[in-house]
Amino acid sequence: MSATAPRPFSLRNSLHRALRSRLASTLAYPHGVDRYVEHFAPTFSLSEVRAEVVAVRHQTADSVTLSLRPNGNWQGFRAGQYVRLTVEIDGVRRIRCYSPANSVHATDGLIELTAKTHAGGFVSKHLKQGLRAGMTVGLSQAEGRFALPDVRPARVLLISGGSGITPVMSMLRTLIDEQYRGAITFLHYSNAAKDQIYAAELAEIAARHPNVTVLRGYAEAQQGGELEGLFCRAHLNAVPDFGEAEAFLCGPPGMMKAVQALWADEGLSARLHVEHFSAAPVVVDSANADGDVQFARSERYAKNTGATLLDQAESAGLKPESGCRMGICHACTCVKKAGRVRDTRTGEISDAGEAEIQICVSVPVGSVTLDL
Amino acid sequence: MTAIQKNTFSTLTPAQFAAIGSDLDAIRNRVRADLGERDATYIRTLVKRQRQFEVAGRAMMMIPPVWAAGVAALSVSKILDNMEIGHNVMHGQYDWMNDPALHSKNFEWDSADTSKNWKITHNYEHHTYTNVLNKDHDIGYGLLRMSEDQKWEPRFLANIPLTLLLHTFFQHFVAVQNLKLEDVTVYRTKTTAQLKEEFKPVWKKMRKQLAKDYLLFPALAGPLAPMVFTGNLLANLARNVWACAVIFNGHFPEDVEQFPESVIENETRGQWYVRQLLGSANFSGGRLMHIMSGNLSFQIEHHLFPDIPAHRYAEIAPEVRAICEKHGLPYKTGSFAQQTLSTWKRIAKLSLPSGKSGKVSQRMATVSTPAPVAMAMAA
Repeated sequence: MSATAPRPFSLRNSLHRALRSRLASTLAYPHGVDRYVEHFAPTFSLSEVRAEVVAVRHQTADSVTLSLRPNGNWQGFRAGQYVRLTVEIDGVRRIRCYSPANSVHATDGLIELTAKTHAGGFVSKHLKQGLRAGMTVGLSQAEGRFALPDVRPARVLLISGGSGITPVMSMLRTLIDEQYRGAITFLHYSNAAKDQIYAAELAEIAARHPNVTVLRGYAEAQQGGELEGLFCRAHLNAVPDFGEAEAFLCGPPGMMKAVQALWADEGLSARLHVEHFSAAPVVVDSANADGDVQFARSERYAKNTGATLLDQAESAGLKPESGCRMGICHACTCVKKAGRVRDTRTGEISDAGEAEIQICVSVPVGSVTLDL
Repeated sequence: MTAIQKNTFSTLTPAQFAAIGSDLDAIRNRVRADLGERDATYIRTLVKRQRQFEVAGRAMMMIPPVWAAGVAALSVSKILDNMEIGHNVMHGQYDWMNDPALHSKNFEWDSADTSKNWKITHNYEHHTYTNVLNKDHDIGYGLLRMSEDQKWEPRFLANIPLTLLLHTFFQHFVAVQNLKLEDVTVYRTKTTAQLKEEFKPVWKKMRKQLAKDYLLFPALAGPLAPMVFTGNLLANLARNVWACAVIFNGHFPEDVEQFPESVIENETRGQWYVRQLLGSANFSGGRLMHIMSGNLSFQIEHHLFPDIPAHRYAEIAPEVRAICEKHGLPYKTGSFAQQTLSTWKRIAKLSLPSGKSGKVSQRMATVSTPAPVAMAMAA
């Protein structure tokens, strides 16, 4: 018989092809096909990555682990990269970055995100309390240069603190799935044993794979870790060949600084790969004109003068769209990539995440990056 | 400039303007702080209904026995899309949701006008310079004489038929409003080459809208194409006439005031608020009337707070009215029929050179010698 079996007819595929057609987009103009289909298939989109929450688990009292099933637009990720997750809280869409912790070879098609909730963690608190299986969330494609190199290094050192474990957990799980032969040492720091996420799995991997060594350090006393307290040089006595390893680091700022300083002293900075994440947003006094204003698209930056972002953009030689300059017409609305701004009309201080703002009535509070 | 009449507002002191400003700011800040899930659910539900009406309308139009219901459903869909959804979303009323689909930056409506041009002529020019002669193009759209301080020209004898024409082809007039056609045809301050260049993006949008309603959907209906074509024509007409009537009722009843350009020099926030108050009028109605008019039945509240979600206007209207009473300012409202009649009376009177119904208000006590009102579009 014929060597090639006919491709099975799939109603789903033909439907998707039809929805992608030029005819469909013309008929759905100007709103677009997504805006009609999403009313009965919330995760459907022709281009955006959206995902259904499949499961919500709690590994520790202060963490939440989400299993997400992305739609067909998801292009996968490299171990260590992050995604921008969009959730809606009280009518407002909030965007935060999380690194998938799963192996890139996972066969269930799910993305696993783990977040720790903390005092100022408005979004992580929502992930923990507000999300239920069956809900839809928004995702970006994977981003970031912090990732396992395609040619796997011969010796791997993973260092993480708190929820900074997620990208390096993905690296570890990926290497395990690849039956990686090289030596892996994993230094992980957390406050106390009960707060450590992925604790059981780490222990199990270490027990099953002789090439994997897991060393735990706890900030609190008497937690039974192999390492004493916070990261320090002495901890590397257990890893005498650390200079030969490609090191991957993700954790809270203090810890990152300590590790980076040590690697710099040793002249090893080139072998240290880092991912920054900040546990708690820094609250800056709005009266201070601190920090810089970065105009990402035009690659300029200026010292924050405390004026409105529209004025500052114009002083920097940019010509953003603008209109009324009093917050009415929304002509000057543009994307704030990062940083906090104060609304000059209400005094309200924004969220630190990505959002669209009216720059004529926004004054930066500390450093701000605009997509201008 | 005899047309400038002294009235009660010229007695307002700077302190009173400031008090009005802070009273109104307090409402604005309170509502802004309260925005949340309720508003998100409201606008999303409305969008969902609009899509349902649209799909149902377009489908029913292809089934002869329910053709009329299809036309009605599509008319409702287009009105919702343009008014309670499009107009309000493009004002940035839902920008705080941070949802790209409901953000003023991205939203495009089912109308011949590009959202980009709309945001210039409407959000910026009309809302910033509301009822200021020579600054607010909505005073007559360059086509009509809507103020006695607009110099009379013989073409204004056609004020009434031209108003009817504007109602009929409203979406297309609005689409070319930013091109200021009268500058080419009447005043010759703009070249046809300039006009052609500016028309390109408008034509791109218009073409897609026309192709969808008058070629593609009729073609899908096969032998019933003429019915779908006619149905779409009627739905567009219904939306045009309704939208135009609602907008006219908001700014052109006879007691609504217009202002000389001098008022905007060093205008304070309080003065800006008062100008919005005096330059707008409401009409009464039930919940359905408010939704179908995009809550422009609360034109006063809309002009005070253009970026507050419009479904909130009904809630704050009593407070705005109380502030007006407290400061001795008029709060203009009436039934839809009353406001329409009053508007058409103004249109009729102003078609003649002696028309004296539109009055230009000189309300600033601080402006001792009123600046002369520049003649509209004078070359």
